[in-house]
Parts: sequence; C-alpha cells; structure tokens
Amino acid sequence: MKGLLSAADLNAHEIESILDVAEEMHTIQQRPVKKLPALRGRTIVNLFFEDSTRTRTSFEIAGKWLSADTINVSAKGSSVSKGESMRDTMMTLDSMGVDAFVIRHSSSGAVAQAASWVKAQCINAGDGQHEHPTQALLDAFAMRQHFRTLGEGGSFAGKRIAIVGDLLHSRVVRSNVLLQRTLGGKVTLVAPPTLLPMGVDTWGCEVSSDFDAVLDEADIVMMLRVQRERMSGGFFPTAREYAASYGLTEERFARLSPTVGICHPGPMNRGVEISSAAADAINSLVLDQVSAGVAVRMSVLYHLLGGADEEGQL
Amino acid sequence: MTDPSTHTIWGSAEISRALTRMAHEILESNGGTSGLLLLGIPTRGVPLARRLARIMADTEGGAVPVGELDITMYRDDLRNNPTRRVGRTVVPTPIDGRTVVLVDDVLYSGRTIAAAFDALRDLGRPKAVRLAVLVDRGHRELPIRADYVGKDLPTSTSEKVRVRLTELDGSDEVAVQREEAR
Repeated sequence: MKGLLSAADLNAHEIESILDVAEEMHTIQQRPVKKLPALRGRTIVNLFFEDSTRTRTSFEIAGKWLSADTINVSAKGSSVSKGESMRDTMMTLDSMGVDAFVIRHSSSGAVAQAASWVKAQCINAGDGQHEHPTQALLDAFAMRQHFRTLGEGGSFAGKRIAIVGDLLHSRVVRSNVLLQRTLGGKVTLVAPPTLLPMGVDTWGCEVSSDFDAVLDEADIVMMLRVQRERMSGGFFPTAREYAASYGLTEERFARLSPTVGICHPGPMNRGVEISSAAADAINSLVLDQVSAGVAVRMSVLYHLLGGADEEGQL
Repeated sequence: MTDPSTHTIWGSAEISRALTRMAHEILESNGGTSGLLLLGIPTRGVPLARRLARIMADTEGGAVPVGELDITMYRDDLRNNPTRRVGRTVVPTPIDGRTVVLVDDVLYSGRTIAAAFDALRDLGRPKAVRLAVLVDRGHRELPIRADYVGKDLPTSTSEKVRVRLTELDGSDEVAVQREEAR
C-alpha cells in the first residue's frame, strides 16, 4: 500500500497505531519547543486544487513540527491556472524529488488517479464528495478521548454514532462510515431523503429520517454542514424548516444526556444545523476535533514517511 | 528458560542490590534528592527509574520526580528500518535547572543516549545530565560513559544481553544469549 487514499485502506491495527502515536504528538502541542526531528530531509507538497484553510494549515504545521520541508501549491497562481494539466503539474513536482503529496481536489477520485502518476506517496486531503480519511481519523481520535473521559476503555465496539445532515455533499461521512466499519461502531445516518447519497443502502449502516428517535439512542452525534455552495437549490424548502427537522436545536440539545459527544467537522452554520447552545456545550467535541487535527496528521505523516523508503507504509 | 544458549547472570536479589547501591551513589554525588529528576528511557528504563526513585524516597524521605523520555523520533537509524512504534514521553516537572538522571537497562553503542540528549534539548536546559544503567556491555560507538553502573558485563557483539523486569516480564533477570552455534 502506498499513501492514504481511503479510510478503507486501514485495518484495525493501523488505525489504533495512528491514534496512539497521535496521542503522543498531542503532547508536543503543549511544549515550548514544538519540534521533532523524525522527518528531517523529507519534502511534502500540499497540493490544493480547492480552497481550504484548516486542513491545509494543519497538514503544513504537522509537517513542519516533524521537521519536514513543506511547500504549499494552490491551483490559483500556479501553472494550473496557465492551463497545465493536473498530470503534468504532478509529474513536474514529482521529478523534483518530492516524498509525499497532500492533495485536495474538487473531483471525487482525483487523488487516487493522481497517485497512479507519481512515485511519491499521496495523501487524500479531500476529493470532491468522496472521502476525507484524515478527518475521519481525527473524529475517531476526539471520540476516543471523549469515551475515556467518561471512564471507558476507548473501544468503539457497539458505540452508536449518528451522522446527521447534508450527506449528499459530504466527503466526511463516507470516510467515517468506512472507518467505523473497521472499528466496530454502529453508524446511523440521518438526512432528508433529498440529501441522501446514491447507493447509501449498500453502505451497511442504518438510515433514518427521524432525528428525534435516533437522538435518544446515540453515544455520539455528528452534525454535518449544509453545503450551500454545492447546492443549486431545491433540496429543502427553507433553512428554518431544515433546522426544525434536522438541526441540533436548543430543544433537542436540552434533551441530550451530557455524556453524548457532539461533533462537527466545521465550519459550522450556527442556527442551521447546530445551535450555539450545542456547539459551545461542555460535551461539544468541536474544538477537540480541531486540536486533534494537527496531532493526527503528524501521526499519519510519521507512519508514511518515518521509516525506510521501501518500507514507508502504514 | 532451559535454552542452553542462554546464560543467566543475575536474578532478582542481585538486581535489587545493584539498584540500591546505584540509588545511594546518586544521592551521595547529588547531596540528597534536591533538584533531581529521573527520566527512564522506554521500555525497560522506565520501571528501573521508578525503582531507583522509590529507594531514594525510602532512604531520604520526600518524593523524587520520575518521568519517561521516548527517543524513537530522535534515532539516527530511523531511515534504516520500517516505521517504529513511538513510546510515551512524560515529564512531570520542567527540566530547566534540574539534575536529570537518564535511566536505561543496557548501555551498548551509546546511540540511544546520544538521541536522548537531542530529545532533552527540545524539552529545556537541565543543570546537568547524568546516566544510570543496569548493565554496561561495552562496544561504544560514541564518546559516552555511564555515571552509575549496575554491572560491567564484557560481551562479544555476537551475544545479546536480555534484561527482564517483573513489571513488564513477570520476573527479574539479566541473561546473555549466545548466537545460535551451528
């Protein structure tokens, strides 16, 4: 295996190892000198064909804290905007001796395609509406921490995870479903019928449109952003009506046990899919997810690039 | 256990006596427990550091801080092997101005200790750094020596020194394993 293209590429042992090392990396964040020499001399290119702030920044920080040389290339202002094909751009950078590409692209499957063109390892930082494996890993990291603060072992077996909202345009949901398939969590998807992806019945998880019934059973509630910029309208009548049926409103939050962890991959539309009461609650894991982002990405980079070249794999 | 190529050097009583002596040597040269910080290098340095701290606390009263210093990411042979598992680093108190005693089970090439110096530098600036090892088996590849040694054990490079500790392995033992003779 080369790189990290899909959450399905990882077996339970690899996921556990990534989360364990991420825990160590997390302690680096509290140190005065945030630097480890493990990836000294490695070059990582963040190749973002689509805008991103938190994912790109956290990958860049992760690489830098591990002493790798990280370079950011965004489609705007690069030769991509001069008409060069993605393949030529990648092969050009690859021949400069890059060790890994971190790729974000608006088309599903673009990262897997790119990985076949280059010698360097490729990490999927989000491809269209397909996958975002490092997001699913950091979600799992934040959830595991939450289970541990409740005094549990940190196992996902039998945990009920509700993923609610705009599933159609989400790449986070698929990676989470695939990761939990390996970890043993029980995922229930909740969305209006218009926002369910095609073929969701083959994903092997429950699907419901009754948020209130699912909410009573959940250990984790993950709210997904309504991705207005990807919608051409017509998916639901009004934002207010969407919030009433599928938002984590103040009323729904009030019913929730404080042991239920609330996740949101961000950026949040407060008042649409999540109320401020829920987003800022003591059992909200939103900021834990963000702070886990750097640690988990450090761990992934270490696992892929920390060993000998021919053995550089998870 | 009955493997003829393995030769037991020390058992539980000898290890315990050596650690007691080493703890006293550390106390003597440091003039008590003040300003001390013991850092065990995973895996087997950690329980050894805890035992040394316990003996010191029993002798002098007052707790001696103990931590763990993982050096995996600082190794100079990271690129020569598959990706290694990372251990824990737990430092209970800022190391600045303290006398840090690094604790490990076996001192061999000295490369682990050199990596530990680099790891320490990222954590702060100790007043002094000392080294305590249960077994010194020789064959140094770097100019490094231990300040407190449980046992000098001359070995050949074809032999393996195996330290077992009750906390991790169920029993205390130092053994030398000879390369399989054919």
